[in-house]
Amino acid sequence: MELDEIIKESLSTLGLNKLRTGLAVLGIIIGIGSVIALISLGQSGQKSVENQIESLGANLLTVMPGGVSSGAVRGAAGGGTTLTVADAKAIESSTQITTIMSVSPELQRRAQVVAGRNNTNTQIYGVYPQYAQIRKINTTSGIFLTERDLTSMSKVAVLGPAVVTDLFGEGANPVGESIRVNGQMLRVIGVVESKGGSGFANRDDIIYVPLTTAQKQLFGVDYVSSIAVEAKSQDVMTQAQDQIGYLLLERHNLSDPANADFSIFSQSDILSTASQITTTFTMILGGIAAISLLVGGIGIMNIMLVTVTERTREIGLRKALGAKKKVIIAQFLVEAIILTVTGGLIGMMVGIGISWVLSRVMSLPFAVSALSIALAIGVSGATGIIFGWYPARKAAGLQPIEALRYE
Amino acid sequence: MIKISNVSKIYKTDSVETVALSGISFEVKKGEYVAIMGPSGSGKSTLMHIIGALDSPSSGDYFLESQNIAKLTDDELADIRNRKIGFIFQAYNLLPRISALKNVMLPMAYAGVSKDERDKKARLMLAAVGLADRMFHRSNQLSGGQQQRVAIARGLVMNPAILLADEPTGNIASVQADEIMQIFDDINRQGHTIIMITHEADIAEHAKRIITLRDGKIVADKKNGSKRKHTR
Repeated sequence: MELDEIIKESLSTLGLNKLRTGLAVLGIIIGIGSVIALISLGQSGQKSVENQIESLGANLLTVMPGGVSSGAVRGAAGGGTTLTVADAKAIESSTQITTIMSVSPELQRRAQVVAGRNNTNTQIYGVYPQYAQIRKINTTSGIFLTERDLTSMSKVAVLGPAVVTDLFGEGANPVGESIRVNGQMLRVIGVVESKGGSGFANRDDIIYVPLTTAQKQLFGVDYVSSIAVEAKSQDVMTQAQDQIGYLLLERHNLSDPANADFSIFSQSDILSTASQITTTFTMILGGIAAISLLVGGIGIMNIMLVTVTERTREIGLRKALGAKKKVIIAQFLVEAIILTVTGGLIGMMVGIGISWVLSRVMSLPFAVSALSIALAIGVSGATGIIFGWYPARKAAGLQPIEALRYE
Repeated sequence: MIKISNVSKIYKTDSVETVALSGISFEVKKGEYVAIMGPSGSGKSTLMHIIGALDSPSSGDYFLESQNIAKLTDDELADIRNRKIGFIFQAYNLLPRISALKNVMLPMAYAGVSKDERDKKARLMLAAVGLADRMFHRSNQLSGGQQQRVAIARGLVMNPAILLADEPTGNIASVQADEIMQIFDDINRQGHTIIMITHEADIAEHAKRIITLRDGKIVADKKNGSKRKHTR
């Protein structure tokens, strides 16, 4: 018996009990649909995170102080006080470093900020005016910090949109108003546009002040918490990283790179870490959805077992007329695969539809990968084979006399 | 052509052993028309299952066209049933949802006969049993007698060594039963070997030889020439 005949016969058998067939297929539609929708959603999320990180500057290197080494104990990166403005100036003016465009040392602290009756706890960033260019920051009103503000240690501040909302109310224009930080009055000269992010990574809940003002007037320190360096292009990132590394080792009188009291991250390092996290997240979502696929598969198995029992006499007759085991197995397996692959294809369309709607609602980029399509067809076919195998074997193993006698 | 040699069949259920056939031997030659009779429980159904290669004997040998088929695998038995045995069941056992033509084509599909050939042969067979005008009817749209005629066409379409009929008229009204028996007589006249299981004496009268079973043993095996012309 040819395969095309078996398929034709299976289709007409499945067509006889449309409600049952439909419900069995529905289980697979839901399973495959949710796997695809959730994986696409995860991938959209990943793309959105990548876009966000890239919008912060793809050519960016960040030099962080290493923790202070005391004996064998080494503090975490970012916790130290080993980087200074002098290091930043050395990087900028070094003749050995040929691959960089601009350098911006930063001092980051959290502080309580007061404006009139409102107050908030936010991040204070002491920065150079170049910071705006390196981090691609634009103002929506007023201006960013200037070279003059830096040299004259001006008591001025540029606010992030979230701070404006906290201190002056939604949509207010605070340019010209005053805020109080650590006992110092600062005049607001600008507001920057929203960058997104949330929680501790919120790039909108931020106040920029001149680095000199932050160090001397607000916090009384002479180190910086990081140095942002913009490389000339993405291709020279590694080279720039090495050049800066050697210069700083030399300046800090260190001979062994293993003892370095600083670390240099590129944006791509952060990007790959973030990608890893979102990939894991996508896998978890897909795994949860796979449970519903498993349930759908069990539904198929259940239906196939019922079918085998119902058609015991038919199977017995076919065996009496000379059907070999593999023909009977093929017949029931083909039915199961038709059910699951139909469900898989419909589920794929449903899944893509859902992820399209979700990406619209959540304003995420819409991503459907070839992977999810291959997954839908492959997994649903495999589900049919796995869950159809046992019922098909059961049918093929029936003894013709017993089966013919069955009422 | 058929040689049953010292065949026994014992069913074991838990601790109880039931002897269905105990050491039966007989031969059937090509072209014979044999009725196997006996009361229920005599072992005639078990014997039919063994002759039909639906079941294997517990001991003894069964030669069909000089091949010992007592110890073949399931798939080898399927092949024997497909090529050498044509079954006629009491309950017809047609597939209800497909046409008479498709039912007759089914054994040829399992034998790997080409589609054109299947169609041609099945049409010829249906015409031979007088159902040329019913080919495309689904079997559940046919009367009992018509269904059994489709089954006869299906049983003969592979040109088997034996046509094995189990109570072929058991479910059929008497007028139609006579038609069926008429067909059997014709088939036998054309040279086909027929083995028929029945408990009805007047049906058995159509056969040329009657074997009577009781308690798993042959108690009578005699020629039946005298009443050959008997009709109801």
